[in-house]
Amino acid sequence: MEKAELIEKINEVLIEEFEVEADVITPEADIKSTLELDSLSLVDMVALIESEFKVKIKGSEIAQLKTFGLLYDYIWDNIEK
Amino acid sequence: MKRVVITGMGIYSCLGNGLDAVRDSLYNGVSGIVFDQVRKDMGFRSALTAKLEVPELKGVLSRNQRVYMPEQAKYAYVATAEALKNAGIDQDYLDSHEVGLMYGNDSSAEPVYKSIQTMLDKKDTTLVGSGAIFQSMNSTVTMSLSCIFRLKGMNLTVSGACASGSHAIGLGAMLIRNGLQEMVVCGGAQEVNPYAVGSFDGISAFSTRESDPTKASRPFDRDRDGLVPGGGAATVIIESYESAVKRGAPILAEILSYGFSSNGDHISVPNVDGPSRSLQMAIKLAGININEIGYINAHATSTPVGDRNEAKAIYNVFGDACPEVTSTKAMTGHEMWMAGASEVIYSMLMMKNGFIAPNINFENPDEDSAKLNIPAKRIEKKFDTFLSNSFGFGGTNSTLIVRNL
Repeated sequence: MEKAELIEKINEVLIEEFEVEADVITPEADIKSTLELDSLSLVDMVALIESEFKVKIKGSEIAQLKTFGLLYDYIWDNIEK
Repeated sequence: MKRVVITGMGIYSCLGNGLDAVRDSLYNGVSGIVFDQVRKDMGFRSALTAKLEVPELKGVLSRNQRVYMPEQAKYAYVATAEALKNAGIDQDYLDSHEVGLMYGNDSSAEPVYKSIQTMLDKKDTTLVGSGAIFQSMNSTVTMSLSCIFRLKGMNLTVSGACASGSHAIGLGAMLIRNGLQEMVVCGGAQEVNPYAVGSFDGISAFSTRESDPTKASRPFDRDRDGLVPGGGAATVIIESYESAVKRGAPILAEILSYGFSSNGDHISVPNVDGPSRSLQMAIKLAGININEIGYINAHATSTPVGDRNEAKAIYNVFGDACPEVTSTKAMTGHEMWMAGASEVIYSMLMMKNGFIAPNINFENPDEDSAKLNIPAKRIEKKFDTFLSNSFGFGGTNSTLIVRNL
């Protein structure tokens, strides 16, 4: 899988789950404010990434993943290729 | 003591979505019972159930509101939105007053089953998701309703088995009567899925008349063989008479009294004494003559012992002066945690529209039901006061008396 393809897939599942418009997701955008995540729905995003991409985001790392760009990189680095 | 009035109603049941549809189903004696192959494939003794669709709330509520709602909370949302609208209450009113919430619910099996299944399969609790804990608790309905409607008064779930919805209304009325709340959103909700009732099926409580689903629930009939599970949600808005007048609200009826009792006896087999005391307490507190009661909405679920003992209790209290008695469960099945609230609404719809819905499938009485006046056909009758019974496992009993205004 190419990274662009992965990014497209990540955006697709996030848009579907968190019911946002496609154009609000950009690499620089803040994940929590864009997806309107609180502490609970943040758990759902972690679970979604884990179930869709088999990538487990550790609790200590989630706080660092502030933007979609950082999330893409994290998943790309950890996904089974 | 303050007077307590009903100013709004909303319902989502197998008889229809909303008051108008439900009124028409009651008037025409329509059954909401079907055969469910899924249950049969799961090994149920009886695959009979009430049928209703889970409302689609995408576009109505946000994802972060819906994720905490199991099906019964969705039913309750729809019923409550209708009741608030019916009562002329908007969000500005709710934001600026301490409105209470007292809702009956006594299970949330499907989310419990699904989250435990995920834990067992995945060995990772994160994958259960954030909604599971809130969906799994008995208080799931009041959790969601209080947050969605931003309610600021009493916030409590009533778990009183199959009398939950009735107790919720009675307890809400007590809060208002004692001046502790001016308005309370009351009701009852019941999930409709196989996981919720499989264990109930397992104790042979359900009718096995699968060949003829609409004939299966037959309260008071000699040939009844068990109940049929149902569900949905029903909401009534109750408030002090002063509050209703001040708001210029449509005052529909007055809750005259709430009687209650406990059998102190068997966990599932009802007796005669407990329900009789609940009836007597309600009549005494209402301060009325029994002749003033024009209709009794019985708890009768279509079980052999339950219906017989309720018939005895009603006859004990009313004797030959008994008005028409019916059980709307003949059409709806047993709506359990919801039933006490929905049956107040069914009775209200009859009272407001001048009819008594037929106790469908009542073809032959038994020794005890023969002493009561149970119409199998619809009756056109104006009445101004009704009594509604609700009884539950553990011997919990609730009786409400309501008068037209």
